[in-house]
Amino acid sequence: MKLKYRKRALRYNLITYGMVIFFYVLWEIMMNTGNMSSLMKGMLVSLCYYSMLAVSLNLVVGISGELSLGHAGFMCIGAFTGAIFAMTIGAALPGWLELLIAIILGALVSAAFGFLIGIPVLRLRGDYLAIVTLAFGEIIKNVINVVYFGIDSRGPHISFKDSLSLGLEPDGVTIIKGAQGISRLPRNATFTLGIILLLISLFIVLNLINSRHGRAIMAIRDNRIAAESIGISASKYKMLAFVIASSIAGVAGVLYSHNLSTLQSTSANFGYNQSIMILVFVVLGGIGNIRNSVIAATILTILPEKLRFLDDYRMLIYAVVLIAMMLFNSAPSAIEFRARMAAKFARRKNSAEVDDER
Amino acid sequence: MSDNFSINREDILLSVENLSISFGGLKAVDGFSMSIRRGELYGLIGPNGAGKTTVFNLLTGVYKPDTGSIVLDGKNITGKKTTEINHEGIARTFQNIRLFNNLSVLDNVKAALDERYTYGLLDSIFRTPKFRRMERELDEKALSILKVFDLDKLAEYKASQLPYGQQRKLEIARALATEPKLILLDEPAAGMNPQETAELMDTIALIRKEFSMTILLIEHDMKLVSGICERLTVLNFGQILTEGETRTVLNDPEVIKAYLGD
Amino acid sequence: MSSFISFLINGISLGSVYAIIALGYTMVYGIAKMLNFAHGDVIMVGGYVVFLATSILGLPAWAAILMAVVVCTLLGITIERIAYKPLRGASSLSVLITAIGVSYFLQNAALILFGADTKSFNSVVNLPSLKLMDGAITISDETLVTIVVCILVMVLLTAFINKTKTGQAMLAVSADRGAATLMGINVNKTIAVTFAIGSGLAAIAGVLLCSSYPVLSSTTGSMPGIKAFTAAVFGGIGSIPGAMIGGLLLGIIENLSKAYISSQLSDPIVFGILIIVLLFKPSGLMGKQIQEKV
Repeated sequence: MKLKYRKRALRYNLITYGMVIFFYVLWEIMMNTGNMSSLMKGMLVSLCYYSMLAVSLNLVVGISGELSLGHAGFMCIGAFTGAIFAMTIGAALPGWLELLIAIILGALVSAAFGFLIGIPVLRLRGDYLAIVTLAFGEIIKNVINVVYFGIDSRGPHISFKDSLSLGLEPDGVTIIKGAQGISRLPRNATFTLGIILLLISLFIVLNLINSRHGRAIMAIRDNRIAAESIGISASKYKMLAFVIASSIAGVAGVLYSHNLSTLQSTSANFGYNQSIMILVFVVLGGIGNIRNSVIAATILTILPEKLRFLDDYRMLIYAVVLIAMMLFNSAPSAIEFRARMAAKFARRKNSAEVDDER
Repeated sequence: MSDNFSINREDILLSVENLSISFGGLKAVDGFSMSIRRGELYGLIGPNGAGKTTVFNLLTGVYKPDTGSIVLDGKNITGKKTTEINHEGIARTFQNIRLFNNLSVLDNVKAALDERYTYGLLDSIFRTPKFRRMERELDEKALSILKVFDLDKLAEYKASQLPYGQQRKLEIARALATEPKLILLDEPAAGMNPQETAELMDTIALIRKEFSMTILLIEHDMKLVSGICERLTVLNFGQILTEGETRTVLNDPEVIKAYLGD
Repeated sequence: MSSFISFLINGISLGSVYAIIALGYTMVYGIAKMLNFAHGDVIMVGGYVVFLATSILGLPAWAAILMAVVVCTLLGITIERIAYKPLRGASSLSVLITAIGVSYFLQNAALILFGADTKSFNSVVNLPSLKLMDGAITISDETLVTIVVCILVMVLLTAFINKTKTGQAMLAVSADRGAATLMGINVNKTIAVTFAIGSGLAAIAGVLLCSSYPVLSSTTGSMPGIKAFTAAVFGGIGSIPGAMIGGLLLGIIENLSKAYISSQLSDPIVFGILIIVLLFKPSGLMGKQIQEKV
C-alpha cells in the first residue's frame, strides 16, 4: 500500500513557501528598480505581521476549532515586550542582536501569557470562549494603556497614575508614558526580516499540523469525547495550539513595534476590532487553510489602501464585499447553487463523449 | 452450570460493584454490579432508556459515579478521567458514531496510537530522523490494523466519506488501536441492515480471534445478542433485572415482560 | 455615604441601559443561536434618528422616540432578512463574520450620512431632577427615567413571552428549533419577530444612552454593545432575567470602579469580573448548564 498523503502535504507546504518567496523577490526587485509606490513600500512589513497573525489565529480557530476574539492582545504583549527591550538593554546592542533578542523575548512572554490565559479560557466552550478571549484582549490593551514604566539606577519602576509617581532618580528615563505609549523607537524592522519571520511561522505551523501533535489537535476539534476515549488529553493539546499561536502573535507584535516610531496601546491598534479583522482574514481565506490565510491577509491589507481614493466609501464597500462573500461562501442556498452550476458544466463537458458512445 | 459460580478470581478482568448515578433526582443507574472474565463476550441489554449507555459513560469516566467502584484488572479506576481510563485499558465505540470526520481513515487510527509512538514537539517542527522513523512505523501499524477490517484500501479517504457500515468498523479499529484490555461496543448494529449486521458479527468474531479481546456489548436487538454473547446482564429502569448465561436469561419471563410490556 | 449612593444609582441607570441592550442580544442568541455583533450599531442608528427628528424635523420627544423605534425595528427585520436568514444552517462562525460585516456597514454608512464630527445630543427627558437627603443626593431626571423604562421593558417583555402565542413560540424555538418546526411553529417568522423586538429595544436603549451621555458618533453603539454582550454572557446568555441582572451588575461595577478605583481601569475590572464569574459558573449566573449527550 503506497500512501500519498506525505507527498501531498509536502507539495502544499512547498507551494506555500514558494509563493511567499516569489512575492518577496518580486517586490524586492520592484522596490530596487523604483517601480513601487511609496504607499506599497510602507505596507510591506505590515503584510508580514498581518500574515503571521492570520496564520497563528488559524491554528486556534481552524485547526484547534476554538473561536478566539482576543488575538490582538497577544500582539500587544509582544509589541510592548519588544519595544521595552529596544528602549532599555537593547539600546546598547547592535541592531541585529537587539532584534533577535527582542523577537525571542516577545515569543516567550506572549507564550507565557497564552499559557496563563489558556488555563481559564480553554475550560470554556464556543461562544463563552469567544467572549472571554475578547475580554482578555481588552484587559491587556486597557491595562497597558494606563501603565507608566521607567528605569533609573535603582532599577525599574511602575505606576498606574502618572510619570511623577514613578519617583525616578534624576538619571532615570520614563519608557512607557501611559496612553502616550513608547516613543522614539528604533524603527529597524525590514521587509526581509518580516519575510523570514513569516516563513519561520509557516514552517512551525505547517509542520505542527502534519505531526502527531497536529493530528491530536484536529482529532479533538472534530470530536472531543471520542478523542478522550482513545487517550488523547484535550486540555493538553488545546493548550499547545493556543500557546504556539500566542507566541507567533507575540513575534508579529515585536515586528509591529519595530516598524513604528511611537507605540501606543489604543483600540485601533490592539482592540477587539483588530482581533476581529484578523479573524476576517482567517475566515475569508478559509478555516484551517494556512496558505489562504496569508493570501487573504495580504489582499485584505492592500485592498483598502489601494481604495483610498474612494474616501469614506472605502470601508462601506469593504463591509458590503465582506457580507456578500460570506453569503456566497457559506449560505446553504449559494453552496447548492454553485454545486448545481458545477454539475451542469461537467455534464456539458461530458455530453460530447456520451454522444460518441451512442 | 455449576462452574459459573466458581469463577477463579484471577480470571476476572472487570469488576463493578454497586454503581449508581442520578441526574436531577432521576436514578439513571442504581446499584449496578457486574464482573467480566478475561476473554469473555458479555452483553448488556435492556429496553430503550434502561441506562445501558449511562453504564458505559460511567465505566469510561464520562460521568463520575455517585457511589460504587470499578476495578479493572485488579486496579481501582473509579472516578478517573476518560483519558486515564483509556490508558488503563478500556476503549469504546459510540452509539451515534463519533469519528474524526475531517481526518483521513489512516489518521483516525494513527491518532489512537498517539500514546504508543511518541516523539517530542521539536521532533515535529524540525522533522528529525526520529519523527520520520516514528511516522513510518505509525503508518505501518495503522495500516495493519485497518487491514484486519478490510479498510486499508480506503486509508486516505476522509472518515466522513465512508459508508455507514465501514464507519462503524473504523470506530472499532480506532478503539482497538489503543490496545485495550476491554473494549465496549455501544449498539454496534444500530442502523444496520441484516447483511451489514451479519458482517458485523463476523467482525466481532474476528476481533476476539485476532486480538484475543474481552468485549462488553450493548444491544437491544436480542436476536443479535443471543447469537454471540456468552453471558448477559439485563438492565431495566436503571436496575439489574437479571443476569447469567445468555440462554437462561433470554427465557426468563421477567425479561420477556420488560421487553414486550405487560 | 451620600456620594456612594449617587454613584450606585448612576450605576443602576447605566446598568439599565446595558440590560435593555443585553435583552436584545440574549433573545437573538437564545432563538437564532447567533451572536449579533451589529446589535450595538442599531443603538447608534436609534440615537441618530432621534437627533435628526428633534433637531431638524423639530418633532416632539415622544414622536421622535416612536420614529426611532419604528426605524430600528424595520432595520432589524431588514438586516435579518438580507444578511442572516440566508445563512441559516451555516456554521456559527460564518454568521458571526457576517454580523461583523453588518456592523461595519452601519458604522460607515452613518459616517457618510452624518459626517465624522460628533453631534451633541439634547436629552429627550426634561423633568426636574430628584433631590434626596436634603439635597445631599441629586438624581438626574435621565437616571430616573432610564430605571423606570428598564423596569417597564422587563415587565412587558416577560408578559409578552409568557402570555402571547408569539412569545410561547419564541420559547419553543429557543428550546428546540427542530421540534418547534414539527409542532407547526413558523420558525422564520419567530426569528424575524425576535429581531424586530430586539432592535426596537435597541432604539429605546439608544435614546436613553444618548440622553445620559449626550455625544453621538458613528461608533457610539459599539462599546455599549460589547458591554451589553458581556452582560448577557455574565447573566447567562439566552436567559432574559440573566440579561437583566447581568446588565445591572455590570453598570454598577463599572460606575463604582470608575468612582473609587480608576476611570481608565473600569473596563479591565468589568471584564476581569466576567472572567472570574465564568470560571465558577461556566454558563453565567442564570444560564443553564448544558451537558453534551454521549
